[in-house]
Amino acid sequence: MDDRQSSPGITQEPEGRPGFQQWLPYQSTQPCCEPVPHIQAEHLTIAYHGHPALEKVSFNVNRGCITALVGPSGCGKTSFLMCVNRLTDLIPACQVSGQLHIHDTNVLAPTTNVLHLRRTVGMIFQKPTVFPFTIRKNLELPLREHGTHDRTLLASAIEAALQQVGLWNEVKDRLDRPAQALSGGQQQRLCLARALVLSPDVLLLDEPCSALDPISSGIVEDLIVSFRGRYTVLIVTHNLPQARRIADHVVFFWSFNGVGRLVEYGSAQHIFESPREELTAAYISGLRG
Amino acid sequence: MTPQDSNLQERCGTLIAWGAAGSVTMAFLWLLGDLLWHGLSHISWTFLVSAPRNAGREGGIGPILVSTGLIVGICMAVAFPIGLGTAIFLAEYTRDDRPMGRLLRGSLDVLAGVPSIVFGLFGNALFCQALGLGFSIASGGLTLACMVLPILIRTTEEGFRAIPLDQRLSAAALGLSRQTTVWAILLPAAIPGLLVGSILGLGRAFAETAALIFTSGYVDRMPESLMDSGRALSVHIYDLAMNVAGGNPNAYATAVVLVGLLVLINLLASWIAERWTTANHLPA
Repeated sequence: MDDRQSSPGITQEPEGRPGFQQWLPYQSTQPCCEPVPHIQAEHLTIAYHGHPALEKVSFNVNRGCITALVGPSGCGKTSFLMCVNRLTDLIPACQVSGQLHIHDTNVLAPTTNVLHLRRTVGMIFQKPTVFPFTIRKNLELPLREHGTHDRTLLASAIEAALQQVGLWNEVKDRLDRPAQALSGGQQQRLCLARALVLSPDVLLLDEPCSALDPISSGIVEDLIVSFRGRYTVLIVTHNLPQARRIADHVVFFWSFNGVGRLVEYGSAQHIFESPREELTAAYISGLRG
Repeated sequence: MTPQDSNLQERCGTLIAWGAAGSVTMAFLWLLGDLLWHGLSHISWTFLVSAPRNAGREGGIGPILVSTGLIVGICMAVAFPIGLGTAIFLAEYTRDDRPMGRLLRGSLDVLAGVPSIVFGLFGNALFCQALGLGFSIASGGLTLACMVLPILIRTTEEGFRAIPLDQRLSAAALGLSRQTTVWAILLPAAIPGLLVGSILGLGRAFAETAALIFTSGYVDRMPESLMDSGRALSVHIYDLAMNVAGGNPNAYATAVVLVGLLVLINLLASWIAERWTTANHLPA
């Protein structure tokens, strides 16, 4: 299936990049995210050992919006996320082709400063991955790496990040205690704080709630909603009710003979209430997938 | 098969497993018991600090302990940084399918299987003769370093590889450089593996005889510098047992000291690894 045909948006030629096609998604029902493309993927193909895991995917992610990537396991959702911050560079035998831009940065260009890119694109994984040292050092390490050494600045940035994820009051008296002593939900919020402390523009969330209990999951979900308008959020989730609750836009991937392709892309309301593709309707209703 | 047959098979399996484990334990206990029975009565403070007399039949092992310490010290001082660097290279900077990694791993596997007497001849040719270090503690230490490197590198590499990929991906996702990831995140987690590798290396170094006969020599007086020849504990045991009539009592006593030292180092390493794991909040 050609994902371009299945994309419900319109085609236009953006200024300054002749021949570059993009689709503007349906207007979001959420007023606080801008209908301005922030991440633009065009004909993006990701292959492992020469076998494509995701093929010719093209869509835009709007600035400040929450965009959910949904679809069955193995359809290339996580591969797409890992491509946005070039973590695919670390995967042996992984090749990426096509175009991927974040604002005016050509993500896939060999000249792109990957460390700087990853500073501006935070990522949270399915399993909380706190580093095996104190809460404070977990937050200090990325800051120091990116040039902040002043103790006052470090302390204020750490407090701000922990406040932002609602963890400050819970941990302010034990910043020098091991991060691994925190509960799963707290650890995931610490990971979020660790990404936010670098003031990113984009947040990539790879099933951030799937390893958490329902209460912790709810807390993290509320946090993600609170990011709307401040960060461009791309979230992979298998939890369709969650995608419906929090996403402005939904991208639906499907695996065709082991190759992931984009089936449909649009506002959450459109995808969940009146999908154009039968496959989307079947997946949403639980008949497929 | 009836339930009775199945039960019998189960019992036989259990019996064989217990028998195998028991025979290993018995062999170790017999060895240890024999050593302690013959050697423990000769051990005293004077034995540990005094020089050997009458070709080692009398006196103690003071200079030999000092020589052993120096040889093993040089060995670890040289092998530790090289081993750690190579292990980091293998685990973090090269992939299994790259020619350099394959070549290095292949070389290490071959080196690990080389008999120690060959290392002795190699050390003699390179350190004693080509580099002009002669029969000396330095030559012995450097030869032992070559010997323990394969085991040290492999164990340390395993320590690094045991760290979940998540940690590396999380570090990379924060824009941390590979250098920071290795030194700040992976190395603390790999320290227990490094300690285990060092202990195995130390054990091999302490127990080595053949490689040292050709490199650090036989001289049993107190060494005055690293360029002096010095006799290691294992060489002393060999010499007393094989070349000196009436040397067996002191050979047993020296063996008890050697085994005691190995046990002590093992305990110390376990304790440090445990403390390190707790202090750095690593999963046990």
